[in-house]
Amino acid sequence: MTPSRRTVALVAGVLVLGLVPVAAALFNQPFYIDLFRRIMIFAIAALSLDLILGYGGMVSFGHAAYLGIGGYAVGILTHHGVPNGYLQWSLAILASALIALVIGAISIRTSGVYFIMITLAFTQMLYYLGISIEEYGGDDGMRLARRSQFPGVIDLSDATAFYYLVLGILVLFLFLSHRIVNARFGMVIRAARSNEARTLAIGFAPYRYKLAAFVIAGAMGGVAGALLVNHTEYLTPEFMHWTRSGEIMFMVILGGMGTLVGPLVGALVLLLLEDVLSAWTVHWQIILGPFLVLVVLFGKRGLVSLLPGGAGRG
Amino acid sequence: MAEPLLEIRGVTKRFGGLVATNHVDLDIVEGQTHALIGPNGAGKTTLIGQLAGELRPDAGRIRFGGEDITGLSTPARSIRGLARSFQITSVFREFTALDNVALAVQAHAGSSFRFWRPAGSDPALRTPALEILQAVGLGPRADVSAASLAHGEQRQLEIAMVLATRPRLLLLDEPMAGMGAEESQRMIAFLRGLKGRHTILLVEHDMDAVFALADRISVMVYGRLIATGAPEDVRANPDVRQAYLGEEESP
Amino acid sequence: MNLLLILEQALNGLQYGVTLFLMAAGLTLVFGIMNLVNLAHGSLYMVGAYLATTFYQWTGWFFGGVVLALAATLLTGIALEMVALRTLYERDHLDQVLATFGLILFFNELIAIGWGRAALYTGLPAWLGGHVPVLPGVRYPVYRAVVIVVGLAVAALLWALVARTRVGMLIRAGASNRTMVAALGINIRLLYTLVFGIGAALAGLAGLMAGPIYAVQPGMGEEILIQVFVVIVIGGIGSIRGALVGAIIVGMVDTLGRAFLKPTLATFLSPSAADSAGPALASMLIYLLMAVVLFVRPQGLFPVRAR
Repeated sequence: MTPSRRTVALVAGVLVLGLVPVAAALFNQPFYIDLFRRIMIFAIAALSLDLILGYGGMVSFGHAAYLGIGGYAVGILTHHGVPNGYLQWSLAILASALIALVIGAISIRTSGVYFIMITLAFTQMLYYLGISIEEYGGDDGMRLARRSQFPGVIDLSDATAFYYLVLGILVLFLFLSHRIVNARFGMVIRAARSNEARTLAIGFAPYRYKLAAFVIAGAMGGVAGALLVNHTEYLTPEFMHWTRSGEIMFMVILGGMGTLVGPLVGALVLLLLEDVLSAWTVHWQIILGPFLVLVVLFGKRGLVSLLPGGAGRG
Repeated sequence: MAEPLLEIRGVTKRFGGLVATNHVDLDIVEGQTHALIGPNGAGKTTLIGQLAGELRPDAGRIRFGGEDITGLSTPARSIRGLARSFQITSVFREFTALDNVALAVQAHAGSSFRFWRPAGSDPALRTPALEILQAVGLGPRADVSAASLAHGEQRQLEIAMVLATRPRLLLLDEPMAGMGAEESQRMIAFLRGLKGRHTILLVEHDMDAVFALADRISVMVYGRLIATGAPEDVRANPDVRQAYLGEEESP
Repeated sequence: MNLLLILEQALNGLQYGVTLFLMAAGLTLVFGIMNLVNLAHGSLYMVGAYLATTFYQWTGWFFGGVVLALAATLLTGIALEMVALRTLYERDHLDQVLATFGLILFFNELIAIGWGRAALYTGLPAWLGGHVPVLPGVRYPVYRAVVIVVGLAVAALLWALVARTRVGMLIRAGASNRTMVAALGINIRLLYTLVFGIGAALAGLAGLMAGPIYAVQPGMGEEILIQVFVVIVIGGIGSIRGALVGAIIVGMVDTLGRAFLKPTLATFLSPSAADSAGPALASMLIYLLMAVVLFVRPQGLFPVRAR
């Protein structure tokens, strides 16, 4: 099977990402390792949202919640003296999957604008919950005393090693997502998005598939959260603020929803843009806001559609 | 005599003050092709909606294959062999014709909680899908996206998807809608080929099709069935002529 | 926990509910008729609060601030509708959500540039300060009582408008069958602009009244907006009656929950457990309520069939 142009772009992108630490060392600019690591973590978050938004058609405005849950799982365990990375990250995945199950079970019974509002509301609820728990910093959040420990395997305080771990996880998730969206399960999800009435008529009850996708996406988001808190070494309820959800959603849209490359491109462009703009003025959001409006009005197909070969399913 | 495949008893549906379906009783015998005709707004599509599970009747029962399906969801009915095509073409536009049919096959081919193996290269799905596409005449168009198909081809695709679910009863809602004369003839010939092997409930306005295909005809006016019987009897029925056919027939 | 305290908190709940209603009515009208999800509704609330507060600070003239805020939000709303939102009517909800989200960022930053990020100090004229005996033995802040009265009066006015006037009839018709109203040759554009304007003015009213009670700072609109979503989901999208009922319920549950959950828990849990669980649970209360309502009636309490 000849690789499509987008696959080539993807592989090229991954290779370039792989070379960033090398280049950073060469030019003595360790800042770039940090920047691109952050970009990749959000790419993972955006990819997880793309599964349910781009492929599944579920407009979840509450996806940031799972980053928060993943982050808090790590943060809380560290706070209580359990720095073991395996335990922490397992908890991150389990907790986000479980909460996604509960929220999904309630929300997926609805659709359209109700679904948007409800996912938004639940995220806000978790945000307020995070604020109200004083023990873990409440409003201000708390520092992460130590990064997740994987004794003998990897030391996350080594910036480059951590970078490659994130890259590895990103590549793994891209691969898994690719399998999922093309497997039987993925076809049902995509069909339900394309034409729900038809999907019912041929004999599928979409609810359980959508719920499963929601849980998978939540778990992936939890991993992104665990990575993020290790990256920032600081944990705050802001992780879960609904405007974060909006940002991640924009990455998906900007890059191209319903594709695998899209979230990666979107995260890259949006975060670089934010970086550049915020260096320029502290009020960069006043530029970003209208930019987002323009993207929605005129660029809905995403940057990926600009690639030769056009838009289509990943 | 064997129990009818589909038994409709006293089915009633109201929308506010309007009675769209008025105590409809109907039996569809297995192997028969039964046509449902009537003027626009008579309530035919509403009845189909209730048979397919999209609408809940306010009163009455529907039995399929001896089982009461009145409360069952649409997918549950499809699993039991009740398939329907839509009056306004409803396919998966972003998928190819083959993927469309393969999805219909997939729905009845075991669990879809499979996350690893690509569905597009699964012979258990591809082979039957291709066969059905060829049977309806869309073989050469298998890899064309559904959105790019001509209108008539999309109607054929609808039928292919219906057949792919291995139905016992086909609910066809105006399969000829929007088709030109030649396409209609081909569709009629194809449907004639299905007679006997499948049970069909056909809603149609195209009278050629109705009289060419139907073993029995029911006439619906304002939500009520005013006549049911063999085509010649219905044709001759004075109530029917007055209510419906009389307006269509040229002197 | 004495009865007077409960009564006072119940009144607070009513006051909060009335504020929520003013926001919810506008939002649900706009959604019901134009099928538009407008996240920037909170920004109008914020504009109302800022303008009223600032004008009063500058001039000491309270009513001037009220009139200015109302007029400004009305005009801002209409301008917003004509310039940015019209293109969104035809788009799907995802697009509307994202575009109005972009607008939120814009407005919040605009306010931050003009006024900074810190909360504004809001004052009240003397005649609105102090307490008034609303019931024998119960003295309640004058201002909050005024808010309740104004809110309920507006609710009554809104009901009269929708149920008794020609315009209201068009609104109700538009809410249940949009295409039909357009087909009847009514100037749909004008109707839409009018409806949006009403919604904007209601949000501005809510904002200017909220100024002296809640924090006036960038982002204040979004905090209340999400609670307004909860109100609408509970009440049923497109229904003003639902908005009122939902708003009162949410207002009561939230206020009473925050006031009494911790002490209630303390009666059977340890003080420290109640201390942490109390506020946490209280903040989650209305969302849990929403979840319960959704389980029982997914369309809300008074759903309107929107076409």
